[in-house]
Amino acid sequence: MSDIASRVKAIIVDKLGVDENEVVPEASFTNDLGADSLDTVELIMEFEKEFDIQIPDDQAENIATVGQAVKYIEEAK
Amino acid sequence: MMKLKRVVVTGLGALTPIGNTIDEYWNGLVNGVSGADLITHFDPSKFKTQFACEVKNFDATDFIDRKESRRMDPFAQYAMVTSDEALKDSGLDIEKVDKLRVGVIWGAGIGGLKTFQEEVTNFALGDGSPRFNPFFIPKMIADIAPGLISIKHGFMGPNYTTVSACASSANAIIDALNNIRLGNADVIITGGSEAAVTEAGMGGFNAMHAMSTRNDDPKSASRPFDANRDGFVLGEGSGALVIEEYEHAVARGAKIYAEVIGGGLSSDAYHMTAPHPEGLGVVAVMQNCLRNAGLKPEDVDAINTHGTSTPLGDVAELKAIGKVFGDYAKNININSTKSMTGHLLGAAGAVEAIASILAMEHGIVPPTINHSTVDENIDPALNLTLNKAQKREVNVAMSNTFGFGGHNACVVFKKLD
Repeated sequence: MSDIASRVKAIIVDKLGVDENEVVPEASFTNDLGADSLDTVELIMEFEKEFDIQIPDDQAENIATVGQAVKYIEEAK
Repeated sequence: MMKLKRVVVTGLGALTPIGNTIDEYWNGLVNGVSGADLITHFDPSKFKTQFACEVKNFDATDFIDRKESRRMDPFAQYAMVTSDEALKDSGLDIEKVDKLRVGVIWGAGIGGLKTFQEEVTNFALGDGSPRFNPFFIPKMIADIAPGLISIKHGFMGPNYTTVSACASSANAIIDALNNIRLGNADVIITGGSEAAVTEAGMGGFNAMHAMSTRNDDPKSASRPFDANRDGFVLGEGSGALVIEEYEHAVARGAKIYAEVIGGGLSSDAYHMTAPHPEGLGVVAVMQNCLRNAGLKPEDVDAINTHGTSTPLGDVAELKAIGKVFGDYAKNININSTKSMTGHLLGAAGAVEAIASILAMEHGIVPPTINHSTVDENIDPALNLTLNKAQKREVNVAMSNTFGFGGHNACVVFKKLD
């Protein structure tokens, strides 16, 4: 697992209180990991902080799974 | 006109600086335990007051799922824990009860002060970009506590928070009483919570010169009615009461602690923070309460005063008791449990109402601790229940609370006939 993927995973485990094993690339924040609308916003903010990037709202709407988050961050870095 | 319904207390919960359950709280009260100590929530070394009555040995995740607890300010966590204890104590079958007829009316003087402080500090330390957490507002607002309680249990009756500073949870109890009296609900979870032992809370109250600065002896700092009192001691925590329409409680065979027979409200209309020197608003609130309950002054056995240990407030309140109760005042067991718990602000009305109810239940009035020097401005004939608990058959107990802004609220409980 890439460094980015493992840091993303750690944030998700911490913020959503889920088990590490559940945080797979295809897992959806809302459908699989129990996030609500506020959790999703918080996750995006944490990614921004951790990786020192800006994720505009219209882009954030397209980040719905763990894999999409990792891919976006890898491209943004 | 419709006949008002009778209202009784069927469940209690407490998380206080002197005990984290109802049983521990009562043990602390009768044994005269002080909850004051040096502050552990933050480094207070630069603060004028370096002690407070903190809740001790409390880990929210012992009670609340880690993810859920992270979304709650401590004031809301305290509310969840005590409302659960009170509901369990009430024996209410949450699956069977008509949830449309169960409400939650809570009191909080401030709300999520820690959350507010953290978020605003983050913003101030940043580059001016508004990077606020999406949970900032919902964690902070004072009404989130009853919201969260209703979400947990599905209670769909009346739901809101009353805000009147240190009178907040007495206002909540009175609103709960009136809603049940009028038939708007069968059961209401009421009470209050506060968690203001933060840099902003301590700094703010210190700036008002409202708090004791007895840093060399925190445990004796809260000394209501003592001549050398020098301000209140900040406390935190929560008290919860399940109150219920009398027939509803009887029908399910509930244990009934006491009847809530009346509440009084008034305002000082005098100053933002100073009490009226003659206690005019306080006279009015006790008279309103007696009238609302259909009681004569001679019916009252015990009064848990607001008694915060401030130089002005304590004397004004006792003068007011003298005016309302006249010569009979000397027969009343007057006390201030704030000598032990400190001042729980918006939760004070609830934890003190619980102290009054438990005094009736046990036939013991908890003491006003830390008294050593007589204040010449206080009528020596009054029984202030000094330093040691007193055995006393209590049939009617009154609880006073007054808030900055001049808000006064008074609740009275009676043993069931």
